[in-house]
Amino acid sequence: MAEQEYSKEQIPNQDSDSSLDDDSVSQSETSSELANELDGLLDEIDSVLESNAEEFVKSYVQKGGQ
Amino acid sequence: MSIPKICGIETEYAIIQPKLADQNPIHASSVIVNAYAKQADLSTNSGVAYSVEWDFNNEMPENDVRGLTPIGSLPPLIETHLVNAVLENGARFYVDHAHPEISTPECVDALQVVKYDRSGEKILELAMHLANQNLEPEEEIIVYKDNSDGKGNSYGCHENYLVSRLTPFGDIICHATTHFITRQIYTGSGKIGVEIPGLDSDSLQYQLTQRADFFEEEVGLETTLKRPIINTRDEPHADASKYRRLHVICGDANMSETATFLKVGSTIILLAMIEDDFLHRRIIFDNPVRSIREVSHDTSLQKPLMLQDGSSIRALEAQWEIFSSAKTYVENGGAEHTGGAVAQTIIQTWERVLTGLEKDPESLSTEIDWIAKKLLIERYADRHNLPLTDPRIKLLALQYHDIRESKRITDIIGLKKLIDEEEILSGIDNPPEETRAYFRGMCLQKWPESIVSANWDSLVFRIEGDHLKRIPILDPNEGTSLKLQSLLNRVNSPTELIAEIESSNK
Repeated sequence: MAEQEYSKEQIPNQDSDSSLDDDSVSQSETSSELANELDGLLDEIDSVLESNAEEFVKSYVQKGGQ
Repeated sequence: MSIPKICGIETEYAIIQPKLADQNPIHASSVIVNAYAKQADLSTNSGVAYSVEWDFNNEMPENDVRGLTPIGSLPPLIETHLVNAVLENGARFYVDHAHPEISTPECVDALQVVKYDRSGEKILELAMHLANQNLEPEEEIIVYKDNSDGKGNSYGCHENYLVSRLTPFGDIICHATTHFITRQIYTGSGKIGVEIPGLDSDSLQYQLTQRADFFEEEVGLETTLKRPIINTRDEPHADASKYRRLHVICGDANMSETATFLKVGSTIILLAMIEDDFLHRRIIFDNPVRSIREVSHDTSLQKPLMLQDGSSIRALEAQWEIFSSAKTYVENGGAEHTGGAVAQTIIQTWERVLTGLEKDPESLSTEIDWIAKKLLIERYADRHNLPLTDPRIKLLALQYHDIRESKRITDIIGLKKLIDEEEILSGIDNPPEETRAYFRGMCLQKWPESIVSANWDSLVFRIEGDHLKRIPILDPNEGTSLKLQSLLNRVNSPTELIAEIESSNK
């Protein structure tokens, strides 16, 4: 496993313990913030999308599944 | 009486070689499983036992809990010639049909399932990386953790739960059907379009789940055709006089850890309540196959679902009712067999998620896959002024299921995590301590060269004098670190191990 690169900068909203206990009020207060944050992340998403979307999606055929 | 809910999930990954005109997914799947398995030849602590064969002697997928296999039903075929690896964490990594598939080891609670599901993603990621190092650039292999190609083909993420043989299967069918139809409001991974034969795929913009379109029966044995909501495969991989294994085929694979946690956690508590005869009202749908699709097709979560008695119920209302029983059950001793402190966390998460779905679904955009994906593709479509049917949007929806660290969209948008990275990585090489996966994993770590085959409920050793010895572990609650750690530390060879086990059995 040593050669595998796993380090990654901490992502927003990552909090392993308290995430289970957040109450719904604080959740809904942050929802529009999250939406704005998402807008800011779309550039980063553009950079990871595969090129040639049409061909890629067309070739995505998965037969023989359960 | 309820029994401990040992559980696990098995995920079939989609596989493509996007730069090849003629793709061979069976070959590609074999290449990545082999690439991972061959590490054993390169490293002493590699997390895999390469030479171990899967032992198919006891596999009987044609067994049906209803008794005889009905004429005309199609039991799943076992393909023994394809590649199998048994891993040092107790998991199994193999080629199933035309997909790479990984089964988690047997886990003791829902949080442990989340951990080993995430460790499984890391294993797939590393397998892809190792395979691609030896392939030409145009042969590059990519896997995705989804359940539908958008063209009418589906592949599963199956869940398994240990249940008591004493519990009438009719009770399980009744309550589990209601749960599987209505839990989709938080288990769905989201899908653009619809894949029901005869319907225009664009006639529905977006639905909650990847799988609902593919279910055509209420109860049955099939997994690839005429898929049933309740699967009746009766193959417990354990003492069949005490146990059943409920094999659940109708769920989505989740990227969100919260979704996996709640999918498995809510089902664990439901099954324990059924075993304890704790549920008194039966919510019986007039047409379960229609209802599973109606729930999936309704992003407003308002659709009334017709019940057999002529009344109707919304999926959220049914979930509140099951939740309410579950909360009372866990508060009154029900946590004992459903994860202890983890059961309390399931209840808290369940309540918070149902409240969010009712009041403000977008508040769950970092926890529930179908909501996260919907928001993502809508924002992206808005920004580039594209319809949801545009290939770039379909590509984005596909790449939502990308598990590669460098392209993991669900990390970019910040889906919440329940398991630390370190814990996930430790799950690649180390089995759960609380189930028989510990015995399997530790024996593979200590004596990989002596184990000639493995199955969920046995290991076959080659011992001194070239004898073969099969050690059955028919109870998933046995073989734990509590019971075996000192023995495994004390003995120096499989021969000694077997001698000790045989003398203690006398």
